[in-house]
Amino acid sequence: MKIPRFSRKTLCIPYAVFLIFFVIVPMLVILFYAFTDRNMHISFSNFIRFFSDPTKLSTIVYSLVIALITTVICLVIAFPVAYILAHSRMKKKFVILMLFVLPMWINFVLRVNALRELFNLFSSLDGLEGLANANYFKTVFGMVYDFLPFMILPLYTTMLKIDRSLYEASYDLGAGAVTTFVRITIPLSMPGVMSGVTMVFLPSMTNYVVSDMLGNAKVTIIGKFIYEYFGTDWHMGSMVALVLLIVVFVSTWLSGGFKSEENVRGTTL
Amino acid sequence: MKKTIVGKCLKAAFVGLVLLLLYAPILLLAVYSFDKTDMIGKTEGFSLAHYTALFSDSKVLGMIGNTFLLAFVAAALSTVLGTLGALGMFYCKKRVKGAVHAVSQIPVINAEIVTALALAITFVVVGIGKSYFTLVIGHMVICTPFVVLSVIPKLKQMDNSLYEAALDLGASPFKALWKVILPQIIPGVISGFMLAVTLSLDDYIVTVYTRPSGFETISTYVFNATMKGNKHTAATLSSFWALTTIIFLLIVVFVIVSNLTSLRKKEARR
Repeated sequence: MKIPRFSRKTLCIPYAVFLIFFVIVPMLVILFYAFTDRNMHISFSNFIRFFSDPTKLSTIVYSLVIALITTVICLVIAFPVAYILAHSRMKKKFVILMLFVLPMWINFVLRVNALRELFNLFSSLDGLEGLANANYFKTVFGMVYDFLPFMILPLYTTMLKIDRSLYEASYDLGAGAVTTFVRITIPLSMPGVMSGVTMVFLPSMTNYVVSDMLGNAKVTIIGKFIYEYFGTDWHMGSMVALVLLIVVFVSTWLSGGFKSEENVRGTTL
Repeated sequence: MKKTIVGKCLKAAFVGLVLLLLYAPILLLAVYSFDKTDMIGKTEGFSLAHYTALFSDSKVLGMIGNTFLLAFVAAALSTVLGTLGALGMFYCKKRVKGAVHAVSQIPVINAEIVTALALAITFVVVGIGKSYFTLVIGHMVICTPFVVLSVIPKLKQMDNSLYEAALDLGASPFKALWKVILPQIIPGVISGFMLAVTLSLDDYIVTVYTRPSGFETISTYVFNATMKGNKHTAATLSSFWALTTIIFLLIVVFVIVSNLTSLRKKEARR
């Protein structure tokens, strides 16, 4: 009997099996539950029930608006920061980048709790009492606070890769600082922008921990639906999850497919 | 000349302001963690009461232990599985490689809550009760793809002929893997492990959906205590100020030490 020669390909088997059981099968289960009713009959009733409920629809709109505002604010803050860091000639710029990433290593629930205490302190001051009930403001602030590093890192790594000689060429050819920025920096940073936007937009639609802790439980986002349905109706919960899944696939596909993304958290380690 | 100085100051001010925004809440907690008070904004004098409360509460200590043990177990298993997976994938045909990679990306890009819900329902459908096993699986699902992502670049940089040479010189394939390939990809494996630890420590959602009843980690405990918000929890919450401060200080020390050692290495190379 001949023992087959060891092939390195076989090392992949445990991981492939793991992925089938714990990634593919769960997705199929969700798909099945989303298209069945409580009696396990195939039906579209979950979709119809969900999308014909005006309160649900208005929550979705609110949630999308919150996510959109969060993403835009993150982008507006992160772009200049990444630009300044990528272009600074400072020797220690790695340390400053590190400072932006450090808070991510504290558990995010602890961080959001810290922000909550800060808001409590401010709302006890004269003239700022209104802050206690500014639930939407606090939620968006918290999400920006929590997700900002996810925007800064991909932008920074992308900008660092831009070839310096392009800037020189642009200046040599007579372009000013503004033209160079608009025609070189912005287009070449787009991959970073796309990956930053997906890293921020999706969590700010689904991370209900932030909205619960900072919004006095008065702000509902799409992720919260899944949490609520998990206790009552798995079919509806799976349906919402499936919708989110489709959103993810479409946005990934639009932003350049399943290429290996910038390993955001790993870049600093 | 003058314009560039003003510009530099503006740039520094902007970066400084954003950093201040990120650190203000943590620093606030750090300051108040050394005060007797249970309420931020009301100082009652220096005291280490929150620290002693933190370390004398067996429930709190238990959940801190749970958090770190879980992170270590999940990260270690993810690292083994992910490293083997990345190695295997690397030598597979392009089609197979692409398929495995695409599936592996799903937990990375997916919303955490979708992953968590899908796992939770699947465990029930299959008839596996929630236990430490399901919790570890849940964490492995979110950690392993990141290990794969950090090992793959090292495989691409690797010199492939060394493995062949080892085989030609009579090494068994396993020995060649262990002695020749592993040393070349070890930086990626280590950073994958660190990444997995971070992801597991930071997790709330997957933990909630896959944990056995009664199992608490730092994040589930703090979230529940905050959402209840009564008199009793005020004392518990203020001991979290101490916890946040300790974690923060540990991180700062870790970063300083790792920077210093890397500086030393550079010096030594010269």
